[in-house]
Amino acid sequence: MSHCDRLVDVGRRQFLRGGAFTAAGAAAAVTLPQEAKAQVAMARVEYPANHLANIADLTENEPFDVAYPDEDAPGVLLKLGTRVEGGAGPDGDIVGFSTVCPHKGFPLMYSAEDRTLNCPGHYSRFDCEAGGQQVWGQATQNLPQYTLRVDDKGDIYAEGLDELLYGRLSNVL
Amino acid sequence: MAYKRQIDRLPIIPADATKHNVVCHYCIVGCGYHAYSWPVNKQGGTEPSANVFGIDLSEQQYAETDAWYSPSMYNIVKQDGKDVHIVIKPDHECVVNSGLGSVRGARMAEMSYSQARSTQQQRLTDPLVWRYGQMQPTSWDDALDLVARVTARVVAEKGEDALFVSAFDHGGAGGGYENTWGTGKLYFGAMKVKNIRIHNRPAYNSEVHATRDMGVGELNNCYEDAELADTIMVVGANPLETQTNYFLNHWVPNLRGSSLGKKQEQLAEEPHDRGRIVIVDPRRTVTVAACEAEAGKENVLHLQIKSGTDLALFNALFTEIAEKGWVDQAFIDASTTSEAGEGDGSDPAHPAVLTSFAAAREGNRMSIEEAAEITGLSPDDIRKAASWIAEPKEGGARRRAMLAYEKGLIWGNDNYRTNGALVNIALATGNVGRPGGGVVRLGGHQEGYARPGDAHVGRPAAYVDKLLIEGQGGVHHIWGCDHYKTTLNAAEFKRVYKQRTDKVKDAMNAVPYGDRAAMVDAIVAAIDDGGLFAVDVDIVPTKIGEACHVVLPAATSGEMNLTSMNGERRMRLTERYMDPPGRAMPDCLIAARIANHMQRFLDEMGHADMSAQFDGFDWQTEEDAFMDGYHATAHGGEHVTYERLRAMGTNGFQEPATGFEDGKIVGTQRLYTDGKFGTEDGKARFMHAAWRGLQAPGKQEQRENYEFLINNGRANQVWQSAYLDVENDFVMDRWPFPFIEMHPDDMAKVGVKEGDLVEVHNDAGSTQAMVYPTPSARPGETFMLFGYPTGVQGNVVSAGTNELIIPNYKQTWGNIRKIADAPASVAHLSFKSKEYSAI
Ligand code: SF4
Ligand code: FES
Repeated sequence: MSHCDRLVDVGRRQFLRGGAFTAAGAAAAVTLPQEAKAQVAMARVEYPANHLANIADLTENEPFDVAYPDEDAPGVLLKLGTRVEGGAGPDGDIVGFSTVCPHKGFPLMYSAEDRTLNCPGHYSRFDCEAGGQQVWGQATQNLPQYTLRVDDKGDIYAEGLDELLYGRLSNVL
Repeated sequence: MAYKRQIDRLPIIPADATKHNVVCHYCIVGCGYHAYSWPVNKQGGTEPSANVFGIDLSEQQYAETDAWYSPSMYNIVKQDGKDVHIVIKPDHECVVNSGLGSVRGARMAEMSYSQARSTQQQRLTDPLVWRYGQMQPTSWDDALDLVARVTARVVAEKGEDALFVSAFDHGGAGGGYENTWGTGKLYFGAMKVKNIRIHNRPAYNSEVHATRDMGVGELNNCYEDAELADTIMVVGANPLETQTNYFLNHWVPNLRGSSLGKKQEQLAEEPHDRGRIVIVDPRRTVTVAACEAEAGKENVLHLQIKSGTDLALFNALFTEIAEKGWVDQAFIDASTTSEAGEGDGSDPAHPAVLTSFAAAREGNRMSIEEAAEITGLSPDDIRKAASWIAEPKEGGARRRAMLAYEKGLIWGNDNYRTNGALVNIALATGNVGRPGGGVVRLGGHQEGYARPGDAHVGRPAAYVDKLLIEGQGGVHHIWGCDHYKTTLNAAEFKRVYKQRTDKVKDAMNAVPYGDRAAMVDAIVAAIDDGGLFAVDVDIVPTKIGEACHVVLPAATSGEMNLTSMNGERRMRLTERYMDPPGRAMPDCLIAARIANHMQRFLDEMGHADMSAQFDGFDWQTEEDAFMDGYHATAHGGEHVTYERLRAMGTNGFQEPATGFEDGKIVGTQRLYTDGKFGTEDGKARFMHAAWRGLQAPGKQEQRENYEFLINNGRANQVWQSAYLDVENDFVMDRWPFPFIEMHPDDMAKVGVKEGDLVEVHNDAGSTQAMVYPTPSARPGETFMLFGYPTGVQGNVVSAGTNELIIPNYKQTWGNIRKIADAPASVAHLSFKSKEYSAI
């Protein structure tokens, strides 16, 4: 089980009704060593193109846990089954989102019933079929969504984000 | 696609950034924030020594970290004329919010005026006057000269009753002690203006006369009481959306059971459990859903009453509690009057009789069955509510119940009696002035009232909007109010107001602007002919401002030093952290300059005695106004100065101040802890508050004649009338139009789909809204966003008020018909349920 599965799981355990949240950090303490960088600073961060999955790995309406742009940034891929604006793949129905709530960083949980990501922290809800729009909530931004590319072999790559991720002042650390 | 900022990193706050105390200037909760600012050509770094947090920012930070800020918390603003970076982020040490920021407050930086980043470019930067057929910028002296000449002449010739005023009376943005004092000294000190009204209602009255008459000030507890209560009863309020961080930081811990330790520590003598909650609201709100998720359905009792029937419910609860003997007799004996009141409640100034417990019990008697019939509730639920509120705990200890209410009650049917009937329950059960108790309004804005006496206004106060519609008044000064969006009978008000102000505009068009004497004559002649000269003081262009002849640009919180208090009377100073836009000035100084100019013209006109009244307006700073007002006149004000407040940070102190010790202002955690109340004899009063149906004229007929309840209120994302949010992409992307929540059956009946634009109409007027499918709504009962610029709900609120001129926005009925299919700006919106449920 990948690191981000664990994070989501911690969420499920902690947030069954009434459970006060303790420490999301406990589940995700690994940081990759930083490589020394000697390059001219760019106006925007350089996003890595990371292979996240193959279409064959995805089942409609079942969250597939990933991380992007690094292991400390859990996220999810979804095959929605209906074409959406911003959707990738041959059916235009594959989307990817950060699963860290942009309000206070609690882990989001997927509701297959209405295809939303939900936060047990302060009840924010994000619509996976509407570009991560906050249906209701306390975050001051909609949910960061992945820029996805799918090649002819069905391999899915994330190549960018459209909002700042919670807990970092640069999307690429 | 949903709006995205495409921001992938933010400047880091350097270790030596300047730090100012900030209190969120939006809602009553008054969350603590800090504004960090630093020169635009500098930035911090990721190494611990290079940033203000002292930690390694090249690593991911985890949930609830202090070391992160969202793009909405960042901006570039001016400080002393120079661009600086600014981050306004929630304060983790503030006891109010403990680091939480809401979707409103956490956008404070983004909602600031920035030339560099083009935010809030709508802000007013110069005085504007009607010149050559449109509004044109002008100098302060020129604008004030015109305002003062016309006002002084009208006041001198027609008397002070010809000067109409609309003015904020609250704290936070567009208010605060400095500014209520500045305007108050002008209109209640230098003059005795009685045709005055407040920003959200058409008269100068209290929204809670009843509780005050009973001797119980409406903000009598502290936020911690919500953590200590055995039961919270909340009436006509939706605190998750409108007092957000109070709910999240103080109610939720109790509902979760995580404040148990605090209960055991502070109240060791009695058994404790997690809190339970009784919610009285015709609508299933997100607050109800959140309470269920936290406390479990078995600990949440949602009393989904028929709109406007609260009074019947309260009287039944009061009756049941008394009959079961669940009252606090010792408290009743010691702290409430034993004398039955006189009269029959027909005096419009006192629409119910203040009385003893015994007499109120007799007069308000209402059986559970009768109340069930009126409210539509089940008798068992009413019984259950009574027991949750008052049945003694194991071992006989008194149950601690906190009773909270807001606009559903305040702007609901029979305000005076309904408010009184709720306070009756609190007094009967001894729930005032004690830990875990309180009978409190939750509040909208923060408070910040310091003014000379207003007794001359009278009671009932003048129904100002009605008088304006009837053609009264010659000059209208408006301070931070927008009747066009936030009044009742708004359609009719706008129709007449436009006609009357257009008359003056036409007259002004006929005279060369530079001929001041001829201009003033022309304006006064138009006033004599039924016209109205209107002056608007605000921070942004408003809808009513479009009708005005002079617009004066004001500074807001943070662009001036500003003091206010929150819903637990916690007073703080927001320090000035940026420049106001252009030539904008604090309201208190604008009021002072109007006074200076008026004095000059009254002298010129030979009215020496009148002119002398305008002495004492030589303030140069907002601090001068604070010292003249709050410091010199408020209860305990002598202990309070800017310097002391600055040192008290975002925690401040709770009013009233009682002293200054060890470098700290000493405050008051709860009111009435000594059992003495705010009446002449110190005894609280009960109220004889018999149920009398839908009280405001015309409401009963409206209910019978129209198909849908048009319930109305606020939405989480939107602050007040969206006066700043209209220029915030994040908010306008979500709500291009006001939503109207409708049950799918009702949608089918009307023939509309999600996102369609509908017209809501009735005998008062018409307006528009966007359909939001809401399966949890009750068929026949809709809920529309209030006070929104792209569809004003007030258009369909009829003119009827209670005896004390409290508007009745909530009980509105209308019909609904389709106008158009969902417009393009709506196509990308989510129409899913707003309710969170534990997965
Ligand atoms: S809860 Fe109210 S005071 Fe607190 S941040 Fe939100 S709007 Fe501001
Ligand atoms: S952390 Fe998700 S709503 Fe607060």
